[in-house]
Amino acid sequence: MTAGGWIMMCLAIGGMTGLLAWCVWKVISTPGSTEHLHSPADIDPEDD
Amino acid sequence: MSSQQKESWNSRAGVILAVVGSAVGLGNFLRFPGKAVLNGGGLFMIPYVVAFLIVGIPLAWSEWALGRHGGNRGHNSAPGIFREVLGGTHGSFLGMLGTIMPMLIYTYYVILEALCLYFAWSFLTGAIPELGADAEKITSFVVESLGMTGNGAMFTGQQMGMLLCIALCTLINFTLIYRGLSKGIETFCSIAMPLLVVCALIVLVRVLTLPANPVAPDQNLVNGLGFMWNPVAEGRSLGETLTNPKVWVEATGQIFFSLSLGFGLILTYASYLKKDDDICLSSLTSAAGNGFCEVVLGGMIAIPAAYIFLGPAFLSNSANVGTFSLGFMTLPNVFNQMPAGAFFGFLFFFLLFLAAVTSSLSMLQPSIALLEEGLGLTRKLSVSLLGGITLLGTAFITWYSEGLTALDTVDFWMANFFIFIFATLQTIIFGWIVGKKRGYEELSSGAEIPVPRWIMFVIRFISPVYLIGIFLLWAKDEMPGRIESLKFVDGQPTVSLLSLVFILLVIAFFGWVVAVSNKRWQTQDDEKEASS
Repeated sequence: MTAGGWIMMCLAIGGMTGLLAWCVWKVISTPGSTEHLHSPADIDPEDD
Repeated sequence: MSSQQKESWNSRAGVILAVVGSAVGLGNFLRFPGKAVLNGGGLFMIPYVVAFLIVGIPLAWSEWALGRHGGNRGHNSAPGIFREVLGGTHGSFLGMLGTIMPMLIYTYYVILEALCLYFAWSFLTGAIPELGADAEKITSFVVESLGMTGNGAMFTGQQMGMLLCIALCTLINFTLIYRGLSKGIETFCSIAMPLLVVCALIVLVRVLTLPANPVAPDQNLVNGLGFMWNPVAEGRSLGETLTNPKVWVEATGQIFFSLSLGFGLILTYASYLKKDDDICLSSLTSAAGNGFCEVVLGGMIAIPAAYIFLGPAFLSNSANVGTFSLGFMTLPNVFNQMPAGAFFGFLFFFLLFLAAVTSSLSMLQPSIALLEEGLGLTRKLSVSLLGGITLLGTAFITWYSEGLTALDTVDFWMANFFIFIFATLQTIIFGWIVGKKRGYEELSSGAEIPVPRWIMFVIRFISPVYLIGIFLLWAKDEMPGRIESLKFVDGQPTVSLLSLVFILLVIAFFGWVVAVSNKRWQTQDDEKEASS
C-alpha cells in the first residue's frame, strides 16, 4: 500500500465517519429535535 | 381525505433510519467497492466527493423540500406533489415516473433480495461451504439458483428453495407495507439498521484480522487495502484517471443509486413531515449514514478479503468485481476459504438481506401512496392491487431468466435511463419553478443547520448542467447497444423488446391511475374552493 493509498483511505474513512458523527451530535444536541411525536391532528394540509 | 394522508413518522430518529435504510442496499457493499477498484481506486473518491457535494446533497435537499411541500398540502405521491408544484395535470403525469420507477425496480430487486436470503440460508445449512474454493461450482450454484441457463428454468422444480425465498421476501415486504409507515417501515428500519451495522462490523473485524495467504504471502491485508485505496490505477497516470469521463459518470451514478436519489422515494418519505420539521440536517444525516456504510464498511470488506484469498490478477478482471459477480460469485469463494467462513458468510449475506429489505420497502411506498391518495383505495385494497402488479412483474422477470436479460433490461431503463431524467427534472422544478426565493425559504423552514445561500445557485445551474452532461456521456456509450437489442429475431421479439413492452404496459396502467386521480383531486379542489 502506497503513502497515497493510506492518505486516501484515512481521508475517506475519517471524512465520512466525522461527517456522520457531527450530524448525529447535531441531531442529539438540538433541543426537542430527537423525538418529534406526531399525531394525525398534527398534519395540517394548508392552502396558500 | 384518504387514510394515507393521516399517516406520519413517529420520531426524528425513525425517519432518518428509514431514509438511511432506503439508501443502504446492495450497492453500498458490492457496487461501490467494484466501481472504485475499476475507476482509479482511492482516486475514485475525488469525483465521488464532488458528485456528493454538487449533485448528492443539492438533489437530496430538493427532493426532501418538494416532498414536505407536497405533503403539507395533502399529497404523498409523486404525481400529487408534482401536480401541486406545477399547478396542473401535466405535472402529475411527469410525477408518475416517481411512482413507476421504484415499483418496477422492486420487481427485480426482490429477486436479488431473495438471493441474499437464499445465500445466507445456504451458508448456514452448508450447501455453499461444501462447494469449497471451486469457482466453477460456485458459479454453477448461482446460475442454477437464478435459472440463468434458460427461460423458465426456475420453474422446473429444481429451484424450490429460491422460489420459496422470493415468496418469503414478498410476504415480508407486503406485511410491513400493510402495517403502515410508522408501525411497518419505521419500526422495521429502527431494528434492522442497527442490526445491519453490527453484522457489518463483525465481518469487518474478521476481515481486518485475517492473516496473509500462506501460499502467497504478498496477498495480505495491507496490500488488499492498497488494492482498494491506492490512488493510481494500474497503467494509468493520476491525470489520465481524473480526466476520464467514464470515471465521473460512474462516480455520479454511484451517488445516485447509493443515496436513492431521483427515484421518487425521498419525495414520498418527506411528504409525511410537518412544515416546521427540519429537512436539511435529517437529509445530511441520512446521506452521511449511507456514506459511512458505503465507504467505511463497503470499502473495507469485499475487496481486501477477496485480495487475500484470490489475489490481484483475479480482481483486475472487471468481470469478477461487477456488483453481481463480486457479491454472489467472488465473495462466496472468499468465505469458503476463510476460517469460520460459513458463519461469516451467513452474517454477510444476512446483512445484505436486511439492507435489501429496508430498500425494497421504500420502493413500494410511493405506489401505495398514489393508490390510496389518487384512487381513494383502502390500505388492504391498495396493498392487494400493488401486490398483484409486482407479482406479475417479478414472475415475468423470473420466467425470462436466461442470462438475466429481462432483469438487466428493466434495470437499464428504470435505474439508469429514467432516473437521470427524473432527477434532472426535480432539480429544474425546484430551482426554477419553485424558484430561488421560495426554494430557499422552503429549505430553511425548520432547518437545524444554517442553509448556505449559494445552494440555490448550485441547484439552479450547476446540478442540472452536470446531470445533463453526465447523462449525455452515458447515453453516448450505452444507448446504441440497447436500441440495437430491441428487435425481432426469426419473427420472435427479443426478451429486451418484450421487457420494454412490459414497461410500457405498466406506464399505460399508471397513466390511467393518474388520470383518474386527477379527476378526484380536481373535485377535491373544487369542493375546497366552493366552501371557502
